[in-house]
Amino acid sequence: MVSTVLASLTEGAVGPGLENAPTGIPGLDQITGGGLPLGRVTLVAGGAGAGKTLLGLNFLVAGARQYGEPGVLMTFEESAAKVALNVRSLGFDLDELVRRDLLAVLAFRVDPSEIVAAGEFDFEPIFAILDDAISRVGAKRVVLDTIEVLFGAFGDDAIVRSELSRLVRWLEDRAVTVVLTGERGGGSGLTRHGIEEYVTDCVIVLDHRVSAEISTRRLRVVKYRGSAHGTNEYPFLISARGFTVLPITSVALDYQASEERISTGIARLDHMLGGGMFRGSTLMVSGTAGTGKTSLGAHVVNAACARGEQALMVLLEESPAQVLRNMRSIGLDLRPWVEAGLLRIWAARPSLFGLETHLATLARLIDEQEPSVAVLDGIASLSNGIPSTEVTTEVTSIVARKIDLFKSRGITSVVTSLGRGEDVSTVSVSSMVDTWLLLRNTEANGERNRLLFVLKSRGTAHSNQVREFVLTDHGVELVDVYIGAAGVLAGSARVTQQAAERDAELQVAEDLARRRRELHGSVIEHEAHLVAMQDQLDAERAEIDRIGLREGHQVADTEADRSAMAARRWADASPHNGETP
Amino acid sequence: MSEPYPADDGTGADTGEQWDLCLYVTDRSPKCLRAIENLRRACDQNLAGHYHIEIVDLLENPRRAADDQILAVPTVVRRFPAPIRKLVGDLADSDRLLVGLQLRPTGSLRDVR
Repeated sequence: MVSTVLASLTEGAVGPGLENAPTGIPGLDQITGGGLPLGRVTLVAGGAGAGKTLLGLNFLVAGARQYGEPGVLMTFEESAAKVALNVRSLGFDLDELVRRDLLAVLAFRVDPSEIVAAGEFDFEPIFAILDDAISRVGAKRVVLDTIEVLFGAFGDDAIVRSELSRLVRWLEDRAVTVVLTGERGGGSGLTRHGIEEYVTDCVIVLDHRVSAEISTRRLRVVKYRGSAHGTNEYPFLISARGFTVLPITSVALDYQASEERISTGIARLDHMLGGGMFRGSTLMVSGTAGTGKTSLGAHVVNAACARGEQALMVLLEESPAQVLRNMRSIGLDLRPWVEAGLLRIWAARPSLFGLETHLATLARLIDEQEPSVAVLDGIASLSNGIPSTEVTTEVTSIVARKIDLFKSRGITSVVTSLGRGEDVSTVSVSSMVDTWLLLRNTEANGERNRLLFVLKSRGTAHSNQVREFVLTDHGVELVDVYIGAAGVLAGSARVTQQAAERDAELQVAEDLARRRRELHGSVIEHEAHLVAMQDQLDAERAEIDRIGLREGHQVADTEADRSAMAARRWADASPHNGETP
Repeated sequence: MSEPYPADDGTGADTGEQWDLCLYVTDRSPKCLRAIENLRRACDQNLAGHYHIEIVDLLENPRRAADDQILAVPTVVRRFPAPIRKLVGDLADSDRLLVGLQLRPTGSLRDVR
């Protein structure tokens, strides 16, 4: 309920009671809240080549084909055959609609040099012709393109003015929805002859401007009676599918948010992002030239194709062949995916077509390929290398709409951008991306090394650590950088540092081993010493024993000697000896 | 360069060629009736007997308007002699009518201008 209310607010709902005739133009129906005012007159004003006729024709063709509302085209600019031919390239087969009586084409050439004004006149033939054609095909829609050429051709513009005013009222009474086209005037008015005066219900202004060699078409709904219409200028484009208006940013932020994580194809990056990118999220990689942005994008594409998903690669700076070759050199062979139809690579310099066409082509490719993962490589080149504020704004809006396009289709996307990260266009787009990786070159010790930072990653507890981004012949590898007293070390400095550390460790180990050996030797020595001492001790103890023994023998011998001597002398018998002579 | 209209004495009558004019009208509106009258008078004065006027009512035949590229009425078209000329209006200004259809020779044409 709440979301419906929000949607209706954001989409500019039409007030009650005013019905619409859908134009079938994507975007225009959205910003006008359903189409042009039904049964009323709409003025489409714009300069030459702004797309007025095309808007009108789109309206007629959509009516005839999709909404069961046949139409009448009255053109004062070109022959019927020419009109049909001009729009055939846009996929409109007017002849077929005419054959099926869904469309009547009335073409008039008004050449002021052929007409001599000679008094009072009126435009009854126009009324009669329109009346006839409207009844013949049962028209609900009428386009008059460009009715202003009638001014100046008949001498008396006052009559032309009043007749046109009468024609507008008459058409309104016929309850047909009308589109009048008018040439943009140089003055303050919307049209050269002020025909907006008779048109009170809806006025749309088309603009085609070229700034810094990039053309942009814009549409603005100046007036839409009884409706809260979008009043911004909306870029539009004319593509092989007709007319498309692109709301600058998504009208409603109602993307689905997936919990599913998908791999970037670089295991350690997945880990840094807490398990990979969220499906449908947008990852921006910005960095200076040659930091490996494209390689990162290629990894994501490669991983998607390996999962059997469709992928799209849009290259703005290199040709597909170049990228295929370059990626092969780092061990990523994308060619099999291309051949299997899983991967589509499209390369075009945006300045070739203009920004709108580029966006439209992207939309068409998405429709055709239905990718689950898309890479948009090199958005900086959209600005054609011109650092003008105006261009930057245009580019930002185009990139924003491209990201929007991806998000609205649930496509996981990787956008790579050349820049140092503080770049204006990068920053203004950055609010739209979910994950922002920065690749930076560090220059030290005569070499440049790539460092990868995760600047932001929505909805993810991501690593805050810097990793060294190494391009190997088997793909991208993320390596821990050495962080020590000397700061962050990468590249050969890191390798040197690691070697030095290894050396130091080795040294320590050797020292310890030596010490151990020394101690061991010492212990053995001491043990040997101990054994010797023990032996000596034992020997001495034995000696002592022996001495004791000898002493005992000595006493006994002495006693015996004495006894013997006494016996010999016949001395008193000793009670001890018991000897009796 | 030869003129497609009579240049000798200033009237088309002497060439003997039949002028072919077509006047487109709608219904019998006052403007259209005035135009018919004005055209007839001028032709009678300048092309007596050497002209033919077809009057087409576009309300009866609106597709003629589309085919003949007629947006306003009254419109008179000089179909012969060439080149084709188109006059839009009630032809109330006889000078404009004469100049527009080149019913007068070049000499007097200059005077009018």
